Order: sequence, then structure tokens, then C-alpha cells
Amino acid sequence: MSIYLNKDSKIIVQGITGGMGSKHTTLMLQAGSNIVGGVNARKAGTTVELNGTEQPVFGTVAEAMKETGADVSVVFVPPAFTKAACIEAIDAGIGLLVVITEGVPVQDTAEVWSYLQSEANHAGTRMIGPNCPGIITPEESLAGITPHTIAGKGPIGLVSKSGTLTYQMMYELKDFGFSTAIGIGGDPIIGTTHIDALAAFEADPETKAIVMIGEIGGDAEERAAAFIKDNVTKPVVGYVAGFTAPEGKTMGHAGAIVSGSAGTAQAKKEALEAVGVKVGKTPSETAELMREVMKAL
Amino acid sequence: MEYQAKELFAKHGVATTLGTVVETAEAAKAAAEAIGGVTVIKAQVKAGGRGKAGGVKLAKTADEAFEHASNILGMEIKGLTVNRVLVTPATPPQEEYYFSFLLDRANRQYLCIASVEGGVEIEEVAKTNPDAVKQIAVDPGAGVDEAKAREIATEAKFPEPVFEQAVEMIQALYKTFVEEDATLVEVNPLARLEGDKLEALDGKVSLDDNASEVRHPHHEEFVIREEADPLEAKAKDLGLNYVKLDGQVGIIGNGAGLVMSTLDVVAYAGENHGGVKPANFLDIGGGANAQVMANGLDVILNDPQVKSVFVNVFGGITACDEVANGIKGALEILGDAATKPLVVRLDGNNVEKGREILAELAHPLVTVVGTMDGAADKAAELANA
Repeated sequence: MSIYLNKDSKIIVQGITGGMGSKHTTLMLQAGSNIVGGVNARKAGTTVELNGTEQPVFGTVAEAMKETGADVSVVFVPPAFTKAACIEAIDAGIGLLVVITEGVPVQDTAEVWSYLQSEANHAGTRMIGPNCPGIITPEESLAGITPHTIAGKGPIGLVSKSGTLTYQMMYELKDFGFSTAIGIGGDPIIGTTHIDALAAFEADPETKAIVMIGEIGGDAEERAAAFIKDNVTKPVVGYVAGFTAPEGKTMGHAGAIVSGSAGTAQAKKEALEAVGVKVGKTPSETAELMREVMKAL
Repeated sequence: MEYQAKELFAKHGVATTLGTVVETAEAAKAAAEAIGGVTVIKAQVKAGGRGKAGGVKLAKTADEAFEHASNILGMEIKGLTVNRVLVTPATPPQEEYYFSFLLDRANRQYLCIASVEGGVEIEEVAKTNPDAVKQIAVDPGAGVDEAKAREIATEAKFPEPVFEQAVEMIQALYKTFVEEDATLVEVNPLARLEGDKLEALDGKVSLDDNASEVRHPHHEEFVIREEADPLEAKAKDLGLNYVKLDGQVGIIGNGAGLVMSTLDVVAYAGENHGGVKPANFLDIGGGANAQVMANGLDVILNDPQVKSVFVNVFGGITACDEVANGIKGALEILGDAATKPLVVRLDGNNVEKGREILAELAHPLVTVVGTMDGAADKAAELANA
């Protein structure tokens, strides 16, 4: 078991012919993902050779799904076209939409989120991202850009705002391995949240413990803490990046801004600890805390 | 800044008085003369509380305008130097309201906040009389049409004499919010002037950098260069995501989360090495090539406070061999000018190739360390040497 993605997932890539799209489709194939084709309206009917496979290029997501039975789409199109690509995939009724693209205007994402909440989302599409590394169920499937060589299958579920911290934490805990690791993205508006992933890991029998990684800005971690209190019985270990970040400075992610006391790493740590989540001050300390949890299980 | 917000308001049909932006007291005097009557001289900085800081003054004559402008220009408000003042006609409001549209992250929609009680002291009103501050959700898919604007104006209880103007202004402000891709459009105060005329007396607009990049190249004009730290300005010109801090250990990494985490780890390591701290935040982003890496090193090595540099990369999109080539390239360009030690930790995509390149380079200034904690400790130690 795993969450959202497994070996049976059939994946298409929107933007498969682009630089990023083709490079990462190759890496996804190397990770064992079942990639069944891609979408590019201008190159419909052609094929691209990636990692020794011949990938068909379709004109639309709907056509790709009809021909291949795809249920997952990974989006690598440039930020200006990401909204349209998402709407197209939702209209086609894709099950899981993983949006890797960085730099998407936040109002575009707000409109896509509104669309996901409307009747137009008849299939109940789940969106992950944008501006995220995607999702990996090690040794089964990768829908995104996480290096598949970091860690194998195991009992830990991981959810993180940050891509590179996902990698770092997988590396620190590679001796245990992961059921699924999901990078939800650091943008102000995202599809799948910490809470969604926590609920899914709680329901997943293979996941024995959960690592949750947050960063300064917003109140997603505080809300996740409230959710954990009432809904999560599995042990959760947390890490929040940005303890030493100065106030009022934007640190890259649109979400990572500290202003005043709310949204600081310390406030998030305290909110999580108040509901029994052990929180590390560094990635390695967090991994140590998880080791203790695993030993006690 | 206020005058820039007002320019955007005017562009989208929000009733406002632009006034004249000037950089000298002489020009302020001339502007006051041209406007005639009583004027207001307002400091233009990106900070609230300008009035309380003495940055907003009423001038009855052009000579008074000169005097106030000379006092305000050059003053510091919340650490920002005032380089410009706005001269506008003094239009005493009969009533002051508050109005804004903003991005509501938690609920993943837009939010309208409106109050007809008190303008400037909205935070105080929100505390003492929260019912007077109306919060109305806006669906980004549906937007704000005339019907929605009426709903908002009714909810906010705009008085009858200005109600229709409020409906107009709400639509124009929403147009500003959407067409400029703002994350905040705020009018405070929204004033009811003599003759029941509704006008945006002061305002603030925050723009989404992603959207500016994708579809609003003209937003570049709103960036005031002189306010930025010179290293930050240089980094921005190079397209780098850089924030100057006060410490001694230069930091380069990929991904905002990992770089923030690196700042934390270096600060903790510094506790054992004379209290050295991170000198900056620098995220080279996803898919950075050798040139980006070299540009990043160029900025950091030019920071006189930097004593050592920690390069911390976990490659996903970013390939470690590109990073290693960037380090190599930067050191070749710098030649003998490179004097600061570099501690490098690489993992992930193409890590073997990356480490090989650095091993072959065998540069005396470069130390490769296997773990993030170990590398942070080494960098802190070298910064304290």
C-alpha cells in the first residue's frame, strides 16, 4: 500500500517534449514509473524516444486518457500555460494531477483551486502542487522529480512543503524507507495540504509513522497540528525550517515570509509539540527522533 | 508606495487624486503652488505609520510645503530613508472607511475586508469592535461583478449617499486586484469627502512576483533600486534569490526549504565556533546550471563580511555536476582574487560526477564534506579561524 500513487498508476506527462519534461520523464522511467505517453497539442501524433521507450504524444489530455487509460498527469509546462494545462486535465477527469511547475501566478492557482471545488471537477481530481517535487512511492512509481535512488520502500510516510528538504529527510532515513513521500509545494495556494496527506497516511496500513516538514510563513502547520490532535493516531515527527530566519524577509518560497510572531518556526514547533508531535531543530535531529519512534513501535 | 498604488488605482478607474511626486523641497514648493490652497506633504516609503512618524504634514502655503518637505526628505521611517514626498491637495474627509481585497491563503480564495468605521486605525477597530469589520469571501472563479459588488457594499453598510459610488469603486478595485495580479489591494482611508464624493485617499498594492514575471513586465518600473542593499540589487539583476543577513558564513543552496534549513544548521554550528552566523540566504533554485552557480558565488564572495562559504546542494532538478562545474568556473574566473574557503556538500542527481569534478579540481580553497551537519560545522569553523 501507499498513498495516491502505486505501481498500477498510469502516468502521462503534460509538456513531455520540453526540456524539463523530457529529462524528467526519462528519470521517472528509470524509477520504474509506468509512463504511457505525453501531451503537446503542436506535436500530436508523433512519438518521443525516452529511456529506450517510444512515448506517444497526444493532442489533449482527454485523448491521452482515452488511448492509454492514464489516471495520473504530471505537469511540466511553463508557468504562463500552467492554468490552462490544469483546467484541461481536470476537464478530462484525471485522477491525480501533479503540478511541478515553479513560478505559477498565485491568482492562476486560486482559479484552478476554485475550479477543482466546482461541479466541473466531476471526476474529483486531486491536485498536488504547484511548485513541488511531486510524489514518490519508492520501488513502485514516481510522479515528479524526486531522485528515486535516495531511499527505498519502508514504513515511513513523508509530507513536506519543500522539495529539497524532502530529499534531505529521505536521505537521513534511508535505512528505514518510505511508503510514500509527497512534496506539497511552498506556494501560498496549493492543492494537496499537510492535512490531506496526514489523513491519507493515517488510513494507509503500510505507513507506521509520519514525518511532516514545514517551513516559516502561513499557518498550515498550526492547522495540521489541530488535525493531528483529533484525527491521527500514528506517531508523527516534525521539522520546521527557518528558526533563524529574520522577520519580514521573504526567503524564496512565496509562502516563506515571517512577519510578527505568527508563522515563525518557533510558533509552529510549539503548536506541533502541544499535540504530541516530536519536533527536531535540524533535519538530522528530526531523523534521530524518528529513529526513537521506530524503535518503540 | 502610495503614489505607485494610486497610479494603479487611476489606471483601473478607482477615484483618487494622484498629486505630484517630488524629490526636493524646491519641487515640493512648486507643486504646492501649482495645486494651490492647502496641501498635504506625504513621505513615500514602503511602511505603515508614516503619519505617526511625522512623515505626513499639512501645508497652508507653498513656503510651508517647502519647510515640511525639507524636514521629511531624508528622515527615516522604520529604517527606510525618505527620498520622495507626494504633494496632494488637502481634502479633509467627512468620514473614513477601510476597504481591501487580498489573497486568503488559508481558505484558498480571495477575501474582501471592509469597514465603514474608522479608516486609518482599522487594526484597532478590528480588536475593539470586530463586528464593524466585515469579511466577505470572494470565489476566484466567479470574481466580483456588479451584483457581488452590491452584496459587498450592502454587507459593509456603505451609507446611502455614497452607496452607488462604493459599488463602482469595489468593481474598479477588484479590476485592479485581478488585472495587476495583486495579492493585496488596500484603500485606507477610503474617504467620504465634502459633497459626498468617495475617494481613495491612501492605498497599498502588493504584487505577485510570479505574475509580474509571466505577464506584467511593466511592474519592473515599480521597483525602487536605491532602497535595496547593493549586493541584493546585484543578485536581483543576476536573477538570484538572495537576501543579505548579518553573519560571516556565506550560504548557497538549492530550494528555499533546504537553504532555510542550512541557515539554521549553520547558526547552531556557529554556537561552537565563536557565534558565527549565516551571512545570507541564496537559493539557486531548481535546475540551476553552472553559470547560475558561478553568479551566486560571485555575489557572495563580494560580501566583505563573508569569511567562508557553504555550498549545500541536494540535486533533484539541479544536477550536482552542473553545480561542481559552476564552482570550478567561478574559481577560474576569480583566479588569485579567490581567497575565501568553500565547503561543499553535494547529494542527489549526478552526485558522483559532481564529486569527481571537485576531486579532479583539487583546489586548495575547496573542502568537500559528506554530510550537511559536518559541512556546516566545517564552514563555521573556517569562518571563525
